[in-house]
Amino acid sequence: MKTVLELEKVEKYYGSKSSLTKAINNISFTVEEGEFVAIMGASGSGKTTLLNVISTIDRVTSGNIYVDGEDITTLKGEDLNRFRREELGFVFQDFNLLDSLTAYENIALALSIQNVDAHEIDTRVKTVARELNIKDVLEKYPYQMSGGQKQRVASARALITNPKLILADEPTGALDSKSSRMLLEQFEQLNQKLSATILMVTHDAFAASYASRAIFIKDGKIFNEIRRGNDSRKEFFDAIIDVMTLLGGDMNDVL
Amino acid sequence: MFFKLALKNIKRSFKDYAIYFFTLVLGVAIFYVFNAIESQTAMLNINKSMHAIVDMMTTTLSGVSFFVAIVLGFLILYASRFLIKRRNKEFGLYMTLGMSKRKISGVLLIETFIIGLVSLAVGLLVGVVISQFTSVLVANLFEADLTNFTFVFSASACIKTMICFALIYLVVMIFNTVNISRQKLINLLSSARQSEKIKVKNPWLCTVIFLIAVAMLAWAYYAVTAGVEEVLMEDVNMVYLILVTGAVATFLLFWSLSGLLLRIFMSWKQVYYRKLNSFTLRQFSSKINTTVLSMTMICLMLFVTICVFSSAMSIRNSINETARQSMPADVEFTEAYRVNNEDDSMTVTINQQGMAQELGVKDFYRSEGVDIDSLFSDYVEYTTYVIPSWSLRDSLGEAIDDIEAQFPMIYYDQSETLIRQSDYNALARIYGNPEVDLAKDEYAVLANYENMVTMRNRGLATKPTIKVFGQTLKPKYDKCLIGKYEFTATSNDNSGLIIIPDEFKITGENYYITRAIAKYKPGQDSREVDRILEDTWNRGLDGEKAKEVKFWVETRQSVIDDGIGLGAMVTFIGLYLGMIFLISSAAVLALKELSESSDNRQKFTMLRKIGASEKMLNRALFWQIAIFFGFPLLIAIIHSVFGIIFCGFILNTFGNMNLIQPIFLTALLIVVIYGGYFLITYFCSKNIIREHRV
Repeated sequence: MKTVLELEKVEKYYGSKSSLTKAINNISFTVEEGEFVAIMGASGSGKTTLLNVISTIDRVTSGNIYVDGEDITTLKGEDLNRFRREELGFVFQDFNLLDSLTAYENIALALSIQNVDAHEIDTRVKTVARELNIKDVLEKYPYQMSGGQKQRVASARALITNPKLILADEPTGALDSKSSRMLLEQFEQLNQKLSATILMVTHDAFAASYASRAIFIKDGKIFNEIRRGNDSRKEFFDAIIDVMTLLGGDMNDVL
Repeated sequence: MFFKLALKNIKRSFKDYAIYFFTLVLGVAIFYVFNAIESQTAMLNINKSMHAIVDMMTTTLSGVSFFVAIVLGFLILYASRFLIKRRNKEFGLYMTLGMSKRKISGVLLIETFIIGLVSLAVGLLVGVVISQFTSVLVANLFEADLTNFTFVFSASACIKTMICFALIYLVVMIFNTVNISRQKLINLLSSARQSEKIKVKNPWLCTVIFLIAVAMLAWAYYAVTAGVEEVLMEDVNMVYLILVTGAVATFLLFWSLSGLLLRIFMSWKQVYYRKLNSFTLRQFSSKINTTVLSMTMICLMLFVTICVFSSAMSIRNSINETARQSMPADVEFTEAYRVNNEDDSMTVTINQQGMAQELGVKDFYRSEGVDIDSLFSDYVEYTTYVIPSWSLRDSLGEAIDDIEAQFPMIYYDQSETLIRQSDYNALARIYGNPEVDLAKDEYAVLANYENMVTMRNRGLATKPTIKVFGQTLKPKYDKCLIGKYEFTATSNDNSGLIIIPDEFKITGENYYITRAIAKYKPGQDSREVDRILEDTWNRGLDGEKAKEVKFWVETRQSVIDDGIGLGAMVTFIGLYLGMIFLISSAAVLALKELSESSDNRQKFTMLRKIGASEKMLNRALFWQIAIFFGFPLLIAIIHSVFGIIFCGFILNTFGNMNLIQPIFLTALLIVVIYGGYFLITYFCSKNIIREHRV
């Protein structure tokens, strides 16, 4: 198995010397190709900061992050954009679709930024749309779609560039339970069929139970890590709940 | 405490306020500058006839200022409402914290007051500085030398500006207060982010509307250029119909083009799916969709600006040029008087043919010790007769009914002006007009005001026979002779002079105008001769012989001076209105663009996340704003091409219009003001979408 993502003693501090906040406090872990990893933690645990530094939206204070062997903490300017463009795919909680563009155009945008030929764009958009079951909504605008459809369109946009790593920030956060389940099943399938590597940040145990591994973060540190192995989703869900109980009261309210 | 809050608000939202503030300062400065022209002309070294025109100019400018104040008032009101709308959420927050509407209005009141005060102060300062430069422009336009250049501060302009803007701000304050007191908390809080609905227009409907708009425009364009004779001359009221058609067509054009252009680009996949093109085009199209009406208004304002300004400039140019060409002599003496041939007590002796007496110009100057013969090389005296019993109606013959139906505004009972053939031929030699040889019962018409020539030719085609004073005359030609005969600064202003045979008898009570024109002998200093003639004449008016001087003097130079003054006046008004209109349209566009900056920021952050490079983002932003600013300008320029041609047609009385320089100056004005606003908007937006790392 190839290592896609490697974090090495990553730290991120906010604030001044007098009032220092350690949002990430010495975190190291690796993600292998084809893994579906869920990062779990309560509000303020540092999981979003973690995602931000991996996605190069924010810079680390110290430590290194390797994506496919390349140290991304040293990237600057145009290289950063190239990295995001070619190696990463994003799925956001609030979908972040451009509301003036149709679903088709939103998905195509990820490719046209890479100067892909219009014909190829067309074939690839249609392929990914079939994959994610959104062929019917391709000509619709975001305001004409349901939340689940929007999130699948956003996923298609993240997936179409064949990124090394898909980063999902609370992808089910704005969805009802039925849409959440559909999306997560889709993620599971993408992971299993296309061996896409997915890193998902969530505070929802149900969402995390679809992953192959769950990493728990508390106060900027890794608290625990469990693997699904050959367990059923239900068994893995129970295991996650157990860890969360250990983690303390503040996470129970999300159950 | 509320004062502090207001002050902090201004500081915080300075980015939003920047363009608003900039517009206010500009508005105040321009208002001051044009109102201060009066005091600048006061120090110019100009002659008396020029002073009269300067007075007229300052009166006109203050009239225009009233109109300008109204335009500025609307602009400021619009802009401030725009800014308030953007802050609805903030006001909602204040209200949830328990602040009363009255107090929020208070905060807003203080904000408006501070901004108004500061912008007024800064604007006046800028205005005073600018007006030092306009002194040079004023001197240049009046062709006066700026020997006694001093720092000018116009207190009256300053006070006027202050009162005017204080009133505008007061209205703004009242509107804001009313606006706030009407708001509901829920609307304030939820107004921040509502998902944008994309209205998809039916492409077929768009195409049909587009074709209708193009057809309407084509007709309007045709009507004011190639078809101007047949359409507009048929009925002068058509001009309103053409303007309304043009305005409606512009609206339809914007309405349909936004959808249509998008369709065209969408089917051109190689371009549409290249870099951020799809995003840029969609942004533009959604913006046009929601602003069709204001885009139309802005386009029309730009159109008016271009036409008014370039026409004003070319009027000035042609006045100054043709003034020198259109007067073939250096001085003209005129006497007007009334003659009654049946009355023995008349003061004027009429010779056998009913010719008028001599003017007595030579006698007068000789008695004052000025030897006219040594000064003049050519001296021609002639008399024209204004005959109430021969009206324009008679001259138009059988065509009168048709013509009157189409041009109901013209006074057809005006008396015609006559001249005897021998007088005319002597005059024609100096003016370079065609000479005539009339039979006893013939007459001819001389004119060169194009619209009147057209009308008279229609009349002459019906060969109208004139029966007057017991004699009968018939036209020698079925067309007007082309030429002018009076001392005026413009070249094509002769609406008709009728040439009659020398034998023709004039009876009854009529007005006579006897004139003499003369050229100065070569080698004379014409300014000096002008001065001698004018001073001697003035002395004659004041002195004992006053009653003997019945004529008046007009030198070529004084007519030219009038023309210069008129030219300067037209230039100033064109410049004034042009600048205000440009600022208004550019400011509205800039505010619209910047008000969406927060939305834009979100969109650009997203694009950045999916890997668009800074270069791509900046380019997308640039084109998004460039198209937004350029689109109405482009349509306005196309409109203006035809508009300027039409203005040229209407104003052809001013003679040959050289359009190159005016168009260049108009372009310069647009580039500086409109382009300036565009750049500020671009840089402000760029600043807003810039990546903010935590």
